[in-house]
Amino acid sequence: SILKPIIRFILIQNRAGKTRLAKWYMQFDDDEKQKLIEEVHAVVTVRDAKHTNFVEFRNFKIIYRRYAGLYFCICVDVTDNNLAYLEGIHNFVEVLNEYFHNVCELDLVFNFYKVYTVVDEMFLAGEIRETSQTKVLKQLLMLQSLE
Amino acid sequence: MALKIVKGSIDRMFDKNLQDLVRGIRNHKEDEAKYISTCIDEIKQELKQDNIAVKANAVCKLTYLQMLGYDVSWAAFNIVEVMSSSKFTYKRIGYLAASQCFHENTDVIMLTTNQIRKDLSSPNQYDTGVALTGLSCFVTPDLARDLANDIMTLMSHTKPYIRKKAVLIMYKVFLKYPESLRPAFPRLKEKLEDPDPGVQSAAVNVICELARRNPKNYLSLAPLFFKLMTSSTNNWVLIKIIKLFGALTPLEPRLGKKLIEPLTNLIHSTSAMSLLYECVNTVIAGQYSCSVGSVCLRISVVKYLGLLAMSKILKTHPKSVQSHKDLILQCLDDKDESIRLRALDLLYGMVSKKNLMEIVKKLMIHVDKAEGTTYRDELLTKIIDICSQSNYQYITNFEWYISILVELTRLEGTRHGHLIASQMLDVAIRVKAIRAFAVAQMATLLDNAHLLTGNMQRNGICEVLYAAAWICGEFSEHLENPVQTLEAMLRPKVATLPGHIQAVYVQNAAKLFATILKNQEGNTDSTAAQETSQLMIDRLPLFVQSANLEVQERASCILQLVKYIQKLQQKDVEVAEEVSALFAGELNPVAPKAQKKVPVPEGLDLDAWINEPPSESESEDEQPKAIFTKEEPKHSRPRHTEVDEKELARRREARKQEQANNPFYIKASPSSQKVYQETPGVEHIPVVQIDLSVPLKVPGLPMSDQYVKLEEERRQKERAEKKKKEKKKRKEKRSGRGKKHDSGPESEEDITPAHVVDIVTEEMPENALPSDDDDKDPNDPHKVCDIQGNLQDGSQVVVSVIFENKSDSFLKSMEFNVLDSLNSKLQRPEGSGPHDGLTVPFQLPPGVSNEARFVFTVQSIVMPQKLKGTLTFIVKDSSTHEKLDFKLHFTCTSYLITTPCYSDAFAKLLESGDLKSSSVRLEGVNMPFHHLLARICFHHHFSVVERIDSCASMYSRSIQGHHVCLLVKTSGQTVSIDAKCDEPTLLGNVLDEIKQTFSQC
Repeated sequence: SILKPIIRFILIQNRAGKTRLAKWYMQFDDDEKQKLIEEVHAVVTVRDAKHTNFVEFRNFKIIYRRYAGLYFCICVDVTDNNLAYLEGIHNFVEVLNEYFHNVCELDLVFNFYKVYTVVDEMFLAGEIRETSQTKVLKQLLMLQSLE
Repeated sequence: MALKIVKGSIDRMFDKNLQDLVRGIRNHKEDEAKYISTCIDEIKQELKQDNIAVKANAVCKLTYLQMLGYDVSWAAFNIVEVMSSSKFTYKRIGYLAASQCFHENTDVIMLTTNQIRKDLSSPNQYDTGVALTGLSCFVTPDLARDLANDIMTLMSHTKPYIRKKAVLIMYKVFLKYPESLRPAFPRLKEKLEDPDPGVQSAAVNVICELARRNPKNYLSLAPLFFKLMTSSTNNWVLIKIIKLFGALTPLEPRLGKKLIEPLTNLIHSTSAMSLLYECVNTVIAGQYSCSVGSVCLRISVVKYLGLLAMSKILKTHPKSVQSHKDLILQCLDDKDESIRLRALDLLYGMVSKKNLMEIVKKLMIHVDKAEGTTYRDELLTKIIDICSQSNYQYITNFEWYISILVELTRLEGTRHGHLIASQMLDVAIRVKAIRAFAVAQMATLLDNAHLLTGNMQRNGICEVLYAAAWICGEFSEHLENPVQTLEAMLRPKVATLPGHIQAVYVQNAAKLFATILKNQEGNTDSTAAQETSQLMIDRLPLFVQSANLEVQERASCILQLVKYIQKLQQKDVEVAEEVSALFAGELNPVAPKAQKKVPVPEGLDLDAWINEPPSESESEDEQPKAIFTKEEPKHSRPRHTEVDEKELARRREARKQEQANNPFYIKASPSSQKVYQETPGVEHIPVVQIDLSVPLKVPGLPMSDQYVKLEEERRQKERAEKKKKEKKKRKEKRSGRGKKHDSGPESEEDITPAHVVDIVTEEMPENALPSDDDDKDPNDPHKVCDIQGNLQDGSQVVVSVIFENKSDSFLKSMEFNVLDSLNSKLQRPEGSGPHDGLTVPFQLPPGVSNEARFVFTVQSIVMPQKLKGTLTFIVKDSSTHEKLDFKLHFTCTSYLITTPCYSDAFAKLLESGDLKSSSVRLEGVNMPFHHLLARICFHHHFSVVERIDSCASMYSRSIQGHHVCLLVKTSGQTVSIDAKCDEPTLLGNVLDEIKQTFSQC
């Protein structure tokens, strides 16, 4: 069988469906990417707060969590551990919060390249790379100082 | 030069930076596309400048636009330019853009190889890091091949930050360039023991991912992972490792045992739900024998996942899930549809006779509440699925089921009218006892057809009218008020129904008409009968005009017929008899296998040659062909095409003689034929006995709830009666040879259906019944019942039971009854229900024993079976009814027939490679070898093929033709049996039974 990255993509969208971050770990062409973004938005935003954080989607599974107006979505293989990625999302958001000091949507918009850096520090090649918040933050500050 | 730089920075002041772009987009909500296209034009201008800062800014903006879905592939070369900047800030922007925009077909990627290599080996770890991150996104097979070595070196970098990244990227490299795996693997393996936990977890990640796809190559790492699992505290790492073990255990069963302890510890100690879930999942998948029950409790916190896990547990440990029924029913109230659907799936597997009504009642409530037709339809199909599964196994009260179906017709907008209709038809046809009730309900439905016809869409609910009309017509003798129903069927509104339903209406109106005529002519009131004919003549022309051809054809045909009948009626001719002859006879469902059971007509000799036989062989179908292909030719004899009647008769006689002498040939027993051929044809189908504790007639539309209540009461009564009986039993001394008398608390099997409703599964002609049994050994001291199998269609077993009266009283009116299982069923004569007992054909004076034989049909013979049964009898002096419970044990051995086998055929069989093998060791067997063999032959129906010193091969054959071969060796007190069989389950069970035999001595 063909090996595939575990995380297919990571998306941050707001309620209106505007993309705030899109990190792809699998090859999709541009049209396909836009289609995926729209479909994910359609699937996720209609769900109620009391619903589970998991939706089966195409052949994948989307694990998402809503923070204020933002949906953080991770798309993984159906056989994968839902809760681990849910915890991964929360970890990621906590790092963002620490890094931007009370993060809000605008921080992500205006510093979108920094958000990508955070993602790259925590996830790599479709795998969870670092889970220690202190380590990630230390690296991020180092990188910032190089600017 | 200086001027140029100054000019450059002044220009920049007028450039938009990213912030401006984002703000601009926000301010141009109405004409975003237009605004962005002007921005892109500006960016194109900026990219033309030499200043790298300007370019980097432009690329940064492009990356943002790319994220919003705009095509920026045209800027690929500029991105490469920015990537190769020596300044980290710009380099990073370049790599980010590249990782977002590049893909395998981007041609400029070829240009980047050297740049990336340079960055990878940069003394600045952040340059290296950024290059690695970028590479992970756009690595191509070419890049992977060219850079694999550089990345491999980085796995031993001094900084853990780089090592970690390099390890993870190796996974990507393996994907793109699999040849790199072999040289890189040893180093990757080292990283499992890296001092830095981050690197360690990265290595675990990569290896686990690789191993999940191809576990057997990674078995050797199991001890290392086991160590990590017991020492690591990182939940992510643990999850990965547990997942990996999940993939490894099927290959190495010993791992399973080792894992139980650490897994159980984790399950009880971890606070991380994700880890808990992973453990549970692995436990379920591996079917480890740890306390799944407690697992259930803990996972029920997380509904969706709990349900998911429970559905897996259900397959292996149904009991532990059933205790959470209430919890699962609660999940049906959940707002989330995916939870509800999961819960529905679970319920399907959970129902039993005991809880079916309750569960369906809950579901019905949900049907009423459900919003959205999709979910409601899903509920509807589930209700029907649940009720009809395994041939209505769980339904104890069919009136209740019919009412449920009728209630379901009241759903608005469902697409499943057809499904409901087919259920109604099925139940009405197959459950005879329910017909009267069903007809009453269907008549009400027809009467209220206007409530249903609102929905005219295809497959809509009006489909049920199809069933209703057919049932009312076909079983019209049960109708309370046939004229009213006829009237309802001929209403003008019917013409708006779909054509195929109208056709059924017309046809069944005719059937109904026939029934009514029959009733009315008996009353000597000819006017009523004529009025009915007039009604038909008045109403039918409506259908004659139908656009649907079938409706038109049937209607005009029937109209002419009725007109003719009317003429006869006016001449005072009795016509009812002839009219009803049109629809005489009953339609019965026919089982797919029924053809096989049709007896061969007298005088037809299927074995006689029609033409000259092919020269060499005459095959005897009672010989096991697969083994004896070689032996056959020897008794072939020439045959003539012209054989006279006498010769034929002689041969037939000879064959009969031959068959009679062959113990493996099944011949029809004269006695059973006498019994079962008395009644012809369809009458043979077991007739239903109605034994109702509830009134049949329910006015108006039915309410299923009332049946639930009634059923409850009935069961309670039953239970009370049972208790009474049990008490009585304990008082008196029992007689007989029953081995076990169990009367536990009410269990699943204890619930008997309300009315003895017979589910006619299939129509079987009379000769389907069993026959004689030649080789019976009534003296076997080891069993209550000695079971000897005889092959007929591979599925019938004759059980001979010895009844011995050990008491001092005279016993009479004995009835033998067994609770059928899905697999094994007691054959009962026609006219009795599926739960009726069989009368034992003798009485027993004190101290006397006698033998009776009973026939069972068995579907699968690979597993041993225990059937519960009861023997009821009357003690003559006190004339009290007594009951004796027993269990009938069908061992797998009892399905074996001693069949001789020659050593060369045996060898061929073993060579064929179709057989699965298994083996067993017996310790401490203290008997001579020939005794041992004799014991196996005697108790387990084997024959010795060959014996050499302390080694023997043995053979037996099951009634369904499975070959069982044994190789028995002995040394000292140890006996080893290597066995082969084409059915591994059967083999396992036979070996277990052999082991049992020797453990008893």
